[in-house]
Amino acid sequence: MTDSPIGYVHSTESFGSVDGPGIRFVVFMQGCRMRCEFCHNPDTWNMGGGTPYAPQELLDKALKYKNYWGEEGGITVSGGEPLLHIDFLIEFFKLAKAAGVSVSLDTCGQPFTYDEPFFSRFEELMKYTDLVLMDIKHIDNEIHKKYTMHPNTSILDMANYLSEIGKPMWLRHVLVPERSDYDEHLERLSAFIEQLDSVEKVEILPYHRLGVYKYEQLGIPYKLKDIDPPTAERVENANRILKTHKYQTQ
Amino acid sequence: MEKQRTEEFSLETIWDGFTGKTWKEEIDVRNFIQSNYRPYDGNESFLEGPTKETEALWAQVMDLNKKEREAGGVLDMDTDVVSTITSHGPGYLSKDKEKVVGFQTDEPFKRSLQPFGGIRMSEIAAESYGYEVDPFLSHVFRDWRKTHNQGVFDAYTPEMRNARRTGIITGLPDAYGRGRIIGDYRRVALYGLDRLIAEKEADKSNTDKAMMNEKMIRKREEISDQLKALHELKELGNIYGFDLSRPAQNAKEAFQWLYLGYLAAVKEQNGAAMSLGRTSTFLDIYIERDLENGTMTEVEAQELVDHFVMKLRLVKFARTPEYNELFSGDPTWVTEVIAGVGLDGRHMVTKNSFRFLNTLTNLGPAPEPNLTVLWSTKLPQSFKNYCSRVSIESSAIQYENDDMMREEWGDDYGIACCVSAMPIGKQMQFFGARANLAKALLYAINGGVDEKSKAQVAPEFRPITSEYLDYDEVTQKYDQILDWLAEMYINTLNIIHYMHDKYSYESVEMALHDSDVARTMATGIAGFSVAVDSLSAIKHAKVKVIRDEDGLAVDYEIEGDYPKYGNDDDRVDDIAVELLRSFMNKVRQFPTYRDATHTTSILTITSNVVYGKKTGNTPDGRRAGVPFAPGANPLHGRDTNGALASLNSVAKLPYKESLDGISNTFSIVPKALGKEDSVQQNNLSTMLDGYVKTGGHHLNVNALNRETLEDAMEHPEEYPQLTIRVSGYAVNFIKLTKEQQMDVLRRTFHDSL
Repeated sequence: MTDSPIGYVHSTESFGSVDGPGIRFVVFMQGCRMRCEFCHNPDTWNMGGGTPYAPQELLDKALKYKNYWGEEGGITVSGGEPLLHIDFLIEFFKLAKAAGVSVSLDTCGQPFTYDEPFFSRFEELMKYTDLVLMDIKHIDNEIHKKYTMHPNTSILDMANYLSEIGKPMWLRHVLVPERSDYDEHLERLSAFIEQLDSVEKVEILPYHRLGVYKYEQLGIPYKLKDIDPPTAERVENANRILKTHKYQTQ
Repeated sequence: MEKQRTEEFSLETIWDGFTGKTWKEEIDVRNFIQSNYRPYDGNESFLEGPTKETEALWAQVMDLNKKEREAGGVLDMDTDVVSTITSHGPGYLSKDKEKVVGFQTDEPFKRSLQPFGGIRMSEIAAESYGYEVDPFLSHVFRDWRKTHNQGVFDAYTPEMRNARRTGIITGLPDAYGRGRIIGDYRRVALYGLDRLIAEKEADKSNTDKAMMNEKMIRKREEISDQLKALHELKELGNIYGFDLSRPAQNAKEAFQWLYLGYLAAVKEQNGAAMSLGRTSTFLDIYIERDLENGTMTEVEAQELVDHFVMKLRLVKFARTPEYNELFSGDPTWVTEVIAGVGLDGRHMVTKNSFRFLNTLTNLGPAPEPNLTVLWSTKLPQSFKNYCSRVSIESSAIQYENDDMMREEWGDDYGIACCVSAMPIGKQMQFFGARANLAKALLYAINGGVDEKSKAQVAPEFRPITSEYLDYDEVTQKYDQILDWLAEMYINTLNIIHYMHDKYSYESVEMALHDSDVARTMATGIAGFSVAVDSLSAIKHAKVKVIRDEDGLAVDYEIEGDYPKYGNDDDRVDDIAVELLRSFMNKVRQFPTYRDATHTTSILTITSNVVYGKKTGNTPDGRRAGVPFAPGANPLHGRDTNGALASLNSVAKLPYKESLDGISNTFSIVPKALGKEDSVQQNNLSTMLDGYVKTGGHHLNVNALNRETLEDAMEHPEEYPQLTIRVSGYAVNFIKLTKEQQMDVLRRTFHDSL
């Protein structure tokens, strides 16, 4: 156990019900390179900090709740950006699978690349991953850059790759008025999703302001001050364009 | 005078279609159920909505509810008729519409006068709503007919009176009916009264040759009282035009017979909890037979259930404001258990399990009857998800762990009040309210002196005088105090139950029990999480004592952080388990009245508010007067590691050390259960499976947003049926006192984003 990789965990939630099927133990890893304007967890951005965990130690913590997982539930690792801890994830997922636990990865996909050494590590990780939850923040690369400080190319690459290997995916799109809620972009996003094969679910996540207080605490300027959450009509419109109902998993 | 009916009946016709043998030869309702019930694996799609009659009747009830609220909580009250089984003529809402009839008095919403528990209680209840008990009746019960309350206070010691006053023990049933006894009302329907009377007469004559010691004399007197009650119950049938001497012939009669048995009980006793038992699957057998014969339709079956439940919702007692402060919202604990699994492994879900829950949709949510699902991982998924759906829609259901209780109590137990399991017709309990373990800890620090009244309540011993509390010193003194408390508590309960048997015997409820019953002496614990967190603070942080000018410890300063109960942290949860074990072991050392078996519960109902009010600053940092957590819950806001961590902590408490129940109240924001309805239902079912597997005993489930409750406080008139589970029962939220409402709002609402 001495040389097992260490993961830095921002926090955990014992009763996650929206990040994957069933009831899930959700691990929020520390650190993310993206700077999404709407992010409600800016406290997970910082690459330093977090509580260090060995893979087995984190699994033991999660397994305290296994009685509540039933047939569908399990563990989801989210963030921050979990792929920044890929060596830790591989060990953690391997142990979890050995214990018979269903594991999901909730990522924005930004660190993805076909370059080595990342790609082989990612292939390895996918062996132990049951489901990938992925956010596509914006389909337009230029806007994506402005909006998150990063291009979306690696993200779309990753979605295509997961489709190729048939890895089940839930795709999500955070709907922010005046940013990611124009029909033209939603339609392009829809076309992109439709050419993917292994998408099980598409979800619209309406932008909310519940994370604003964290910006104040952290002294980070909040860029969406004047933007309200989308109306029910706009959420319904996005659902229609992205054909989310078509993807209802059973 | 009892009217003799000579109507001929043949058991072959009445029991036609029912199989099994034992239940015919002896009184054995369980055997009848097991031989005849049909497990139902399907979903809720067969259910019917309310009929026009049901809607009309419910509208009438809602109108009376409104009038009652406007009248200040009581619409009408008897002041010159003492309630007995036969005291009143028939009462109806609308006679032609009601499929099940009978009220406690001659009118719905008129509260009866029940002075046998204590005339003082009746007088205060009447005065506080602007009525006056007939002076002659007051005279009768003050001077000629001694009451339970008088008997108890004749025997109380000065120490007991002190303990009662300071609130180290509170809520004792020493001034009103003790309740928590469940008659087997099903016997009335299955056997008819002639048979039940014959059996009791045989039990009595079996003792004719016995030596007449105190025990035997009491037994003969009690059976005689029971026989009298059964004859009166027959007369109650006559008042409403039914011949209860014979068994019920069909479903409609079975509901009516059973209900009249229950009605007799609430006419005779105003017990704190007057629970119903386990009736739905029993009654389903009659419905199935009628459906098969073609003499009943599903619409009629649901209508019957709706009307029965409507009656149960209208049970009312005259209470004092002081009582309401303790048990807020006019509760009666008409607890009915649903589902569970039989000893042979078949689940006991029937269509009637669905129909009973469906009343929450047909009539809208309500706190009564206290619908309790006996949850097992082996229940069919369709039923589990239906329960979850109704829970999310109504917040009116509680769940109890059948997989754990079945091992202790078999498969024909009911729940008295909130969490007290007992085999129906075979066991009763002596209800013992609760001891305040948080206050007891303060007594340990202060040498037995009450921190509020400054009176020496416990025997004097050396107080702790150090600046910082030392864990070993505190636990050693706490141990001494708990020894004293356990003994004084059991002695107090012995007096109460001796007097209750003597002056306010539950003759009709006990007539519907076997003549030899098992008894438990049910103690209880309040302030559990406060005591546990205080011990944790003393052990894991530094707690500095602030003393007043008399040297009394009145406040505490905590330096550093400490692990808090409710976060699945063994460093503190082990303290919780140890405290429960230790208290229970102490209680077990003292002999009980009628050799009752010692039990305890961790259940406060809404009295956590009053207990908190009576308790000073505590070493966990809780301020004086602040409410305790209800039941075995972690203190509000201290369970910060999410919903399941909180559940895991409570589930660690061993049921075997708390056989009278461990109550946990869980509030979750519906959205936190998932996005779609079907996902929410699945997740709640899976969570309940998880809690049961982990060894949790009881869970109240509230699926509510705080904003809804806040709005209901502002605009009560818009929320006449808003129901919320508190510790062990549900209440109409707008009937809670302001303080209780604030307490509910302060509780942890599990949310996740």
